[in-house]
Amino acid sequence: MSLALAVAAGILVSGGLYLVLQRTLTRVVLGFGLLSHGANLVLLAAGGRAGAVPLVDGRRGMADPLVQAMILTAIVITFGITAFLLALAYRSWQLTRDDQVEDDREDRRIARLATRRGRR
Amino acid sequence: MNALLALPVGLPVAGAALALLCRRSRPAQRAISTGVLVAVTGVALVLLREVEASGPVAGQIGGLAAPLGITLVADLFSALMLVFASVTVLTVLVYAVGQRGTDVHRGVFHPVYLLLTAGVCLAVLTGDLFNLFVAVEVMLAASYVLITLGATREQVRSGMTYVVVNLLASTLLLVAIGLVYAATGTVNLADLSVKLGDVPGGLRLALALLFFVVLGVKAAIFPLFFWLPDAYPTAPTPVTAVFAGLLTKVGVYLVIRVETLLFRPAFPGPSTLILAVAAITMLVGVLGAIAQNDIKRILSFHIVSQIGYMVFGLGLFSLAGIAGAVFFVLNQIVVKTSLFLVCGLVEHATGTGSLARVSGLARRSPLLAALFLLPALSLAGVPPLGGFVPKLALVEAGFALDRWAVAAAGLLAGLLTLFSMTKIWTGAFWGNPEPAAAGERLQLPGIMVGATAVLVAATLAVGVAARPLYDLSERAAAELLRPDGYVVEVLGR
Repeated sequence: MSLALAVAAGILVSGGLYLVLQRTLTRVVLGFGLLSHGANLVLLAAGGRAGAVPLVDGRRGMADPLVQAMILTAIVITFGITAFLLALAYRSWQLTRDDQVEDDREDRRIARLATRRGRR
Repeated sequence: MNALLALPVGLPVAGAALALLCRRSRPAQRAISTGVLVAVTGVALVLLREVEASGPVAGQIGGLAAPLGITLVADLFSALMLVFASVTVLTVLVYAVGQRGTDVHRGVFHPVYLLLTAGVCLAVLTGDLFNLFVAVEVMLAASYVLITLGATREQVRSGMTYVVVNLLASTLLLVAIGLVYAATGTVNLADLSVKLGDVPGGLRLALALLFFVVLGVKAAIFPLFFWLPDAYPTAPTPVTAVFAGLLTKVGVYLVIRVETLLFRPAFPGPSTLILAVAAITMLVGVLGAIAQNDIKRILSFHIVSQIGYMVFGLGLFSLAGIAGAVFFVLNQIVVKTSLFLVCGLVEHATGTGSLARVSGLARRSPLLAALFLLPALSLAGVPPLGGFVPKLALVEAGFALDRWAVAAAGLLAGLLTLFSMTKIWTGAFWGNPEPAAAGERLQLPGIMVGATAVLVAATLAVGVAARPLYDLSERAAAELLRPDGYVVEVLGR
């Protein structure tokens, strides 16, 4: 496995993870883009060494075509879901005029209850 | 055999396309979805008979031989899952049609609902790790749309958490599949079951735990369950019911399938780690439920708690344990769904599911009270209802292997479940109705009550047919623990 691929995947995943953990929805969406690229690179690396164009003449030493098919499928799925995520983020902005993830009201209520009991 | 295996996936996809084409005509859409789901249920029953009589069946879609082609396999566990899932999906569809306002959103409900069914069926039938990822994505993409169907503020807020958590888990699943492929050079489950035997033990254990974590997010296992009680209650009731009954159970199905078929050698005996996680899941889920005040939220926390029991059965890695887990999954599908449907009826009739604002429903509608009580007692594991047998089987299996602590945790969680069901019962059903509504009978749509009653009858049937169903679960567990028949059927050698 090539070191460059491993390092690139690592950078993409760590950057993506950092962005996904933010409260701002646009950053979350961007984070997913990076994260899925990182996952795709891991798949590519799983296919072994680079080789010739697959399935042209079937000689030895060609690249593994299966991982490329898998990456293509993964890209299509990620594309669709990212589009949905963007629509959801836009709807959230329409409703709240804010780009942040909201708190769960019921959850806050129970947390308040717990702190009040704790103090008593 | 190919056709029979492909139909539960192909029919709903074709139906979804057709339903999308006639999005302007609601009667046509309803006819299509009902027809398709009835057909899927029929196919599932035929498949179960076939598998019950002659062992696992496999088919290669596209005609390529096993490790390369797209493999669909049905063994006893997947056929049983398919039957229970299709019956549930069909009943909830009838309920949704009966509830005014659920399937009107620009004709989107029916196509997406059918896609969800296709995803569930594919996830259960697939014999290929990458196809499993695709199935989970199809199922989840449909669920993202369904959970935010109304696009209200609450739904968008909780939907966002749901989508983000599940996307993160899906990305990790993809990475896990890549690592398995790098280690073995195949993604066919049967082929992997053989080849993972040659992988070094440490690497195999790491991969097994990676899959446990990734699929554990989908199954809502502690500590990865936090998204569930937040997201489920806000969706429309039929959607919550089918999610509660099916999605997490499919997650558990996948955990059991992967950990037994692929990583059996990584767990020579009971796994203390998995058992500890199971015990905490059971207790944390039920304690969370006790703190809640809204019926849907209480039930959502119970989903988590019950998942703990299934993981408990898996963690024992014994015949009795896995048989108990299989039975538990099947029983939970109908019990959980019917409880959520009853909760939907309460909300439909009174406008709220908050225990502070509903009371005395038993006086106003004894039928509704009975429909709640039966699955609630089954959930708590009161004999002779269906929930009792798998719980007994699990606890006995735990004692048989001297895993006292986790078996005791199971019993304690059962007691607390009974307590929290009593809380709903005394809060919403007992007592006097609010003065304004006293003496007034509840207005409940006949179709919704009928669909709920059918599912409640199914929970009773599970209790009555406990013996044959347990025997089937035991045979399914035996197949899971010794997957030779499965491997031979898929690989042809």
